[in-house]
Amino acid sequence: MAGNELYVATGLIVILIGFATVLVKRNILKIVIGFSLIDSGTNLLIVALGYFPGRTAPIVNNPDMLANRATLLVNTARFVDPVPQALVLTAIVIGVGVTALMLAYVVRLYATGKTLDVRQFGRMKW
Amino acid sequence: MKQIISMIAIVTVGFVLWQLVPIAMPTALGPVTHHYVADGLKDNGGSNLVTSIVVNYRGFDTLGEVTVLFLSVSGAAFVLRRRSGLEVTEPVPASEIVQTGARALFAPIVVFGAYIFVHGHLTPGGGFQGGAVIASGVLLLLLADRDRSLPHGSLSWIESLSGLGFVLAGLAGLIVTGSFLANKGVLPLGQWNRVVSAGIIPIIYILIGLKVGSELSVLLDVMVHAAGDGEGN
Repeated sequence: MAGNELYVATGLIVILIGFATVLVKRNILKIVIGFSLIDSGTNLLIVALGYFPGRTAPIVNNPDMLANRATLLVNTARFVDPVPQALVLTAIVIGVGVTALMLAYVVRLYATGKTLDVRQFGRMKW
Repeated sequence: MKQIISMIAIVTVGFVLWQLVPIAMPTALGPVTHHYVADGLKDNGGSNLVTSIVVNYRGFDTLGEVTVLFLSVSGAAFVLRRRSGLEVTEPVPASEIVQTGARALFAPIVVFGAYIFVHGHLTPGGGFQGGAVIASGVLLLLLADRDRSLPHGSLSWIESLSGLGFVLAGLAGLIVTGSFLANKGVLPLGQWNRVVSAGIIPIIYILIGLKVGSELSVLLDVMVHAAGDGEGN
């Protein structure tokens, strides 16, 4: 295997902790934290999948890397996968926005029900 | 009972993910990524290949992501804008140290954020990161002085104009080369590792930085002022 198992496993564990939090906890704030953990764990997992040990960041910052096409092709064996990084980069900021949206709903729910216990909002079930 | 079902669900999901991950685990760059890495510099002129992908190869995706961020932030602002009617204790004013420190640090933080998104095509960083840094400076300012309220009008103008600029930069590619968000052929790619290079990439990333920064700042302002009877913002 590639040698990035530790990061992949950490990502998986963080996702599962978040999943468990969402399922088990009753405090809405803790459920939001759980969703946030799923978000972070997914980001970590995606980046870890694109990481090849021993390789460097995908930035062409060395003049001898761009001498000709052959040296640019060497970069494909020198760089980690840039696509997962590009995906996660936007996902992190969107995660902040989505967490803010969830917290806004928590404020609204607390104002309506004066409680953070998710069981008290049973009448909203369908 | 519920706990047992939750346990079973978690173990199942964990098992499935654990089985799926080795399949997804690549050992070398895929064919598309190979093209991005080998030809990214020639196509876009930017040293940072992640930026080339975010803004150019997958620029349409980024336009969608910016829209998602806009929607979630405006959703949160909409939900929080009405008076919550909650009883809140009077906030303790920040100490002298925090107030002075925030005033001293705000300008460097904003400049640093601007540096991050202006150099997005050369060094690690870009519009999303720089915007988040700027918003953290705004958060510091709001924590130091709870009564401060941001100029929502001008911030939403900045935000709307940046979004419009992103679309217009894309349309320029559509008009000149016939493909949306095209970079090569629209503007000269310039010299390697210069700030003014890489065609439309820095322009778009600066616009994204302004957009993300103003969006997150408005979000923070709305959240800080949401407690209590609200000021109607």
